[in-house]
Amino acid sequence: MTAQVEFRGLRRVFGKTVALDGLDLTIEPGQFVALLGPSGCGKTTALRCVAGFERPDSGAVLVDGEDITNVPANKRDAGMVFQSYSLFPNLNARDNVAFGLRVRKVPVATRRAKAGELLELVGLPAHADRFPHELSGGQQQRVALARALALEPRVLLLDEPLSALDAKVRVSLREEIRRLQLDLGITTIFVTHDQEEALSIADRVAVLRDGRLEQCGPPAEVYDRPATPFVAEFVGTMNHLAGHVSGDKVTVLGQLLPIDGAAPGAAQVDVLIRPEAVQVTPADDGRAEVLAASFRGASVRLRLALAGGEVLADVPGHEAARLGPGTRVTVRLVERPVLVAERTVTAPAPQSVDADAV
Amino acid sequence: MAALTGLEQPVAVPAARPPGRLRVWRGVVFLLAAAYFLVPLGASLWYTIYTPTAGVSFSAYGELLTAEGFASSLVLSLSLAVATIVLALLLTLPAMLAVRLAAPRLRPVMEVICTLPLVVPPITFVAGLTTSLRNGTDLLAPTPFWATLIAVQNPAFPIVLVLAYVVLVLPFVYRSLDAGLATMDVRTLVEAARNLGASWPHVLFRVVIPNLRSALASASFLTLALVLGEFTVARLLGYQPFAVWIVTISGSRGQVSVAVSILSLLLIWLLLLAVSTVFGREKK
Repeated sequence: MTAQVEFRGLRRVFGKTVALDGLDLTIEPGQFVALLGPSGCGKTTALRCVAGFERPDSGAVLVDGEDITNVPANKRDAGMVFQSYSLFPNLNARDNVAFGLRVRKVPVATRRAKAGELLELVGLPAHADRFPHELSGGQQQRVALARALALEPRVLLLDEPLSALDAKVRVSLREEIRRLQLDLGITTIFVTHDQEEALSIADRVAVLRDGRLEQCGPPAEVYDRPATPFVAEFVGTMNHLAGHVSGDKVTVLGQLLPIDGAAPGAAQVDVLIRPEAVQVTPADDGRAEVLAASFRGASVRLRLALAGGEVLADVPGHEAARLGPGTRVTVRLVERPVLVAERTVTAPAPQSVDADAV
Repeated sequence: MAALTGLEQPVAVPAARPPGRLRVWRGVVFLLAAAYFLVPLGASLWYTIYTPTAGVSFSAYGELLTAEGFASSLVLSLSLAVATIVLALLLTLPAMLAVRLAAPRLRPVMEVICTLPLVVPPITFVAGLTTSLRNGTDLLAPTPFWATLIAVQNPAFPIVLVLAYVVLVLPFVYRSLDAGLATMDVRTLVEAARNLGASWPHVLFRVVIPNLRSALASASFLTLALVLGEFTVARLLGYQPFAVWIVTISGSRGQVSVAVSILSLLLIWLLLLAVSTVFGREKK
């Protein structure tokens, strides 16, 4: 019950907005792919093209190599969970799950059994007789998931199913979705604008921007080796520091670090540094100063002022006490290959000269 | 402490008093409203059953049930109402769904069109209708459509009245259904059902209509009440449904005509009660 899904040159225009601008992406059978991007990047439109609620202006959607672009929505083999609560208000949980089976004229006994089974699978065996308004948001989305799986579709489509839920439920439910997906081995497309969500449960993350694919790869690769500056910015946080290239190394904040990937042509570049790769030590004669510290439990994000610019750094939470605002510190970067990009930002240009002198 | 007590008192006293005072006011308003409705009704009832010469007698009601035209005009009105409800819902519901799902921008246009009949006085409406029917008959005389036009005006069941009533009830039906559709996320529910393999008719009958019961009920209520009480259009087009029949016989027999009004009021109440129990079952 699993299939390969392929987007081929998908293009969709709404009035003047281009939602999809030639999207090409192949999702292998059994894979869990997260479509990630800011709002308006076309990720939901792409999903709706698979479900059949949206017809592309050009291009095609293929499932197992078969073009389904013109197949009506009710003849497609794809279960979908929606962003807003979509249970039928007049039916209880069991009948909601059994809706698709009823459409297919499955005998009552069979569909009741199947619905019971699925409710058990999503952890709600005792809620079969409850109506949607008697269920919490998280429970409603579980039932919606069970309903989408009831017809044993070849593809599971999740359109930001967690965005209406509160933080704790969101995390537990997304782990459950992943567990279920692995058990069933069903090809899954998960649309989200939450990069943490995408990175934590997907086999591959596809980052979209303005209706085009920016990068598609395993979460670690997207995070560590963003293919474009946009991906670097959108997935996680990036510091842009001015750097000076010499050979296959780059000088940044007074440190000489190897370049990850091919060395760029220009000598003046942006060096992209993750906040967690910035090490901070309190020192009375430090050249940097903590401007602000925001405590996040496990970690603290520091905003540091260096001569001429600012840098973000993440340090372990227990260091919060000795790194309050106003503390003088020294800054070092973790010794590992760094990404460089064309000089685009105004970022600490004079400060890099200063840093060179250190 | 003293200051506190001084402050407390005015707070405590009104807090204790309003419920009592409110109850009195509530009673007064209720009695006034009840009197407004019940006094004329009671007076009418008394008029129908009491005559100074014969004393209390229910003969007016007995006469009624045997009076010529009672049953036929009532049946005509009820069947006109049913036909109007069916036709109005068949026209508006699919159109409103289509607009909501496919062309949300047309909603204001639709709203204006559906509210328009409220602005046009029935007398203007019926004058236009009469002229059109007359000219239409002349124009269509040589064509096969002439027979259709005549059939539409069949006095046994004047389809032309149904068509006119559909226009008249359009604003009420539109409002009711619009309010009903606003309570649910139509697009998502329809898409969820489509995703689960439901055909369009299945979506309409198994998803939309069950969740729209109370709106459909109120649309039907309003249509029923309006059609049973409608006089102007029916009278001027020369048909004799219930309302017209009441007026016709009221000239000759005063007691009977009032008796028939009371009876029709009772009848409409019963019908509305029936409609509301049929549609109201959903609430558990």
